[in-house]
Amino acid sequence: MRGTWLLMRRALNEVIRVPGAAIPGIAAPTLFLLGLTAVFGNLTLLPGFSTTDFMAFILPVSVMQSATFSGAATGVNLARDIEQGWFDRLYVSPISRRALLAGHVLSASLRALMPITAVIVVALFFGVDLQGVDGLLLAIVLAAAFAAAIACYAVVLALRFRTQQAAPLMLAGSFMMVLFTTSYAPLDLLTGWFQEVARYNPVRFILEGVRQMSVYGVDWGHTWKALVALAGLTLFFGAFAMRGLLRAADA
Amino acid sequence: MRANARVVAALSLRSIKQAFRRPQFLMPILVFPSLFLAVNVGGAGRATDIPAFPDVAGFLDFELAGAIVQSTMLAAVSGGVALALDIESGFMDRLIAAPIPRTAIVVGRLAATAAMGVLAGVWFVAIGLIFGAEIQGGVPGALLVIAMATTCAAAWGGFGAALALRSGTASVVQGTFPIIFVIIFLSSAFFPGNLLLEPARSVSDWNPMSFIAEGIRDPIVSDISAQPVLEGIVAIAGVMALGAALSVWGLRKRLAT
Repeated sequence: MRGTWLLMRRALNEVIRVPGAAIPGIAAPTLFLLGLTAVFGNLTLLPGFSTTDFMAFILPVSVMQSATFSGAATGVNLARDIEQGWFDRLYVSPISRRALLAGHVLSASLRALMPITAVIVVALFFGVDLQGVDGLLLAIVLAAAFAAAIACYAVVLALRFRTQQAAPLMLAGSFMMVLFTTSYAPLDLLTGWFQEVARYNPVRFILEGVRQMSVYGVDWGHTWKALVALAGLTLFFGAFAMRGLLRAADA
Repeated sequence: MRANARVVAALSLRSIKQAFRRPQFLMPILVFPSLFLAVNVGGAGRATDIPAFPDVAGFLDFELAGAIVQSTMLAAVSGGVALALDIESGFMDRLIAAPIPRTAIVVGRLAATAAMGVLAGVWFVAIGLIFGAEIQGGVPGALLVIAMATTCAAAWGGFGAALALRSGTASVVQGTFPIIFVIIFLSSAFFPGNLLLEPARSVSDWNPMSFIAEGIRDPIVSDISAQPVLEGIVAIAGVMALGAALSVWGLRKRLAT
């Protein structure tokens, strides 16, 4: 427990000591929020679109993107630690592998809070109406937890490739998990094979859970699906990350 | 003259090989725009049902031009990053000390970026045809699309080269990636200009990227018509002239240091 906390503190220190490193994680989702709204804002004219405010619809996508940035950054930082040999020192220290993984992954959730908040503040500035405090808090919790799931995915890649050059793979992969969902339009308005991918993509349920903040309002139907998808995703990637850690220790 | 062409060809070939050997250079040019194309078409494909949407055979047909211009701009940035890496590693100094014209160093890099434009054009025309798009302009239309993608990449490549020469740092050039999205979001590359929200709608009326995208789109969604294609060519020429002027200025500044 103490080992996990110390690793989380170390990750947070990186944010405090190098605040500039947080800028891409805030700037990119904000750019997408404003840009996609400007470009695809009139999709709300389509019959069956669930809101008339496209920024309210796309805001959860940007919130999730903020979370993916923090999660992917955890993998990139781990790859850097591996390259520099610092991770080897952790291996020989008396700290359990589970605590090692938990420290890295939970730090992603904590670090995600800053960009998530920033994107929501930008959306409020541009006039998005939120559906209530409960929806807002639920969205923040879901997105922060999603950052942990993505961190597990990024850790798997970091342990596999052991180089920061895998960063584009970590970022692109997690971005696509978010975008291949109901990111631009409700499920019924998606087309072709993309609709089928979105239908079965578990991240869609998390996105819809976050979307309760700005479109649907909180209801149990969206919430439980989001929680189950989140748990499943975290367990899936967490198991692979744990296996990677154990294998790396044996190597 | 012939010797100069040989130098440009050799440097260009080196740059192309470099791009194919390092996936981090090639991936942004082809993979990212392809994924965005898939997301845009799958996510916003029903946009053609909006009454004010132009008459096109399908949303994929409409979006191909957006993917192509996005890809060519990413090729321009990748070319700039590669040039900056040459500066950082000292390879540029060796080229400057060699008995070759200095402009050949930049022209060689731009020729490679243009080759990436050919690749982008061919790739997206092929992707379009595979996934059911129709090139209404036929074979001449497809060739025109590829030719415009090639010149567009070289045109924006001038900006990437100028930035690399002026900063000499790969991370600075890499940092311009978001600017690409700003230029594209404020144009009619991904969506018809009349359906954009303000202020993008007003900006897109003057954004050269809109003219370039419309010029590339025209042979895909209709028979080749003179006005959009000519406007696209003029916009590419304008961007190319400005990019070339900036790269010459960047090269002079670098040689002066």
